[in-house]
Amino acid sequence: MLSVQNLEVVYDDVVLALRGVSLEIPDDRIVALLGANGAGKSTLLRALSGMLDIHDGDVRKGDVTLDGTSVARLSATAMAGRGIKHVLEGRRVFRELSVEENLRVGAHVARKDLRANLVRVYDLFPRLVERKDQLAGFLSGGEQQMLAIGRALMSGPRYLLLDEPSLGLAPMVVAQIRDIIAEINHQGTGVLLVEQNATMALQIAHHGYVMETGRVVMDRPAAELLADDDIREFYLGLGAEGERTSYRDVKHYRRRKRWAS
Amino acid sequence: MNELLTAVFSGLGQGSIYTLLALGFVIIYKSMGVISFAQPAFMMSGAILVSYLSPRLGFWVAVVLGGLVVAAVALVVERLAIRPMVGKAVFVIAIITIGVDIIVRVVAGAFVGADPRLVGDPWGLDTWSLGGVQVQQRHVAAFVAAAVIVALLAAFFRSTPIGLAMRAAALDQEAAMAQGVNVGTVFATSWAMAGFLAAIAGVFAAAGNPLDQNLWIVGLAALPVIILGGLDSLLGAVVGGLVIGVVEALVRNYHSDVFPDLATNTGSLAPYVVMLLVLLVRPYGLFGTKEVERV
Ligand SMILES: Nc1ncnc2c1ncn2[C@@H]1O[C@H](COP(=O)(O)OP(=O)(O)OP(=O)(O)O)[C@@H](O)[C@H]1O
Ligand SMILES: [Mg+2]
Repeated sequence: MLSVQNLEVVYDDVVLALRGVSLEIPDDRIVALLGANGAGKSTLLRALSGMLDIHDGDVRKGDVTLDGTSVARLSATAMAGRGIKHVLEGRRVFRELSVEENLRVGAHVARKDLRANLVRVYDLFPRLVERKDQLAGFLSGGEQQMLAIGRALMSGPRYLLLDEPSLGLAPMVVAQIRDIIAEINHQGTGVLLVEQNATMALQIAHHGYVMETGRVVMDRPAAELLADDDIREFYLGLGAEGERTSYRDVKHYRRRKRWAS
Repeated sequence: MNELLTAVFSGLGQGSIYTLLALGFVIIYKSMGVISFAQPAFMMSGAILVSYLSPRLGFWVAVVLGGLVVAAVALVVERLAIRPMVGKAVFVIAIITIGVDIIVRVVAGAFVGADPRLVGDPWGLDTWSLGGVQVQQRHVAAFVAAAVIVALLAAFFRSTPIGLAMRAAALDQEAAMAQGVNVGTVFATSWAMAGFLAAIAGVFAAAGNPLDQNLWIVGLAALPVIILGGLDSLLGAVVGGLVIGVVEALVRNYHSDVFPDLATNTGSLAPYVVMLLVLLVRPYGLFGTKEVERV
């Protein structure tokens, strides 16, 4: 199990981005992490994947543990090597490398399984097979997201940390990505799914957390969150699947405040 | 016609040396976003080292060994002087590389001594005559060496895990780290490669003549080459190096016809003029990045 306990993270020695967060990602589960802009979701993923360093972020208190041992001080390379793969917000494919080269870089910490993992990834994303020799920069947004996820899977990770995979994608594509995430989990990878599209995330998640300004304000089974009227109204939006709720709406903002207090 | 061809061949030889140097600049730039002004010093160290090694080991072994030793020195320099500065302004790091350049150059220069030293190359100033065109053997050798090295580099960046990781890190460092690429290893490898390339360039720059303290100035001619070719383009370094080598040789050759009253040869200005002209038309150089974008 991958988990954080009372984690406090500070950027540049001044910006307190996480204020005592505890969260668990059991093996073989999908855990959804919801929250508005700036809540600290990406920061939490960075803490889990050893990527705080290059953002001048520091674990000030608390711990990150993998199967009970502390991994809070490990580098990104070490974390990837231990089977924790972070799919960054905004896809971040290597635009000037071909699709297959992107995947090969994804296998960096597991060179000897490259063949087998390539077969598996192409199996999950048949679209990428057709485009394997194209430059990644020319793929559509949805295809780039698939490539970003496929690239992370190339080392056969135990845990996949996904940062807003639905960002900027059309509803149809979001549904596709959602189903693929469920399938990846079904094949035995634990998933931490950060989303602003809560509908999408809670449909496949087993458990859900809601964050506000660096704290976890709600921690419940996904089905309960999905059924919760407040969450439905203020996080899931009432519109069609994939539609974003406007968090700037003043009334909504006030209502949300209740959870935090 | 023969005169023209002779100048072109000598330009290609000199251009090959620029290419080797420019490749080192570009490799470091791509991995760290910094121009390393230490290249001229590594180039000079390479030539001096080989001049000591070749009488004992023979020229070819000396060249390879000298290149590897300079690569190791570059590796140490990166680890001690550059890595701790990562995250500081690019300008600061560039200045540090100038400091490194001066230190290495002074230390290496102390070994040049008063007696003329030779790198021990088999060519000297011998020429081949191809139907009236005089081609210096050392220029052909430099060209062949550069061609072989460029082919090896292409294979390295295309096929090896570390080569691929270096390209990935150059495009998006954080995304590369997320794949488990160790960025420190990328930095170190790029410095070692640049050191090796500079040393080889130094040997060819010194071939045919006794070593002199001003050899490093050739290293500066690689600066207009990388601007011309595009700072982040390996292809640009190859094409830019050859273009500048040839233009420089042509101008040098025809200088006295065009400016009979000008005593200093305008050949050494040519690289900068070419660079300026190209920049007017293409702000990122011939092959510099225009980002790949989906339209
Ligand atoms: N590199 C950084 N340097 C300084 N502060 C940062 C950095 N990254 C994030 N922060 C700050 O930390 C807090 C949490 O940011 P974070 O990116 O983790 O939020 P998020 O929940 O992922 O938001 P979003 O939904 O917009 O991606 C914010 O106040 C943000 O301004
Ligand atoms: Mg974020």
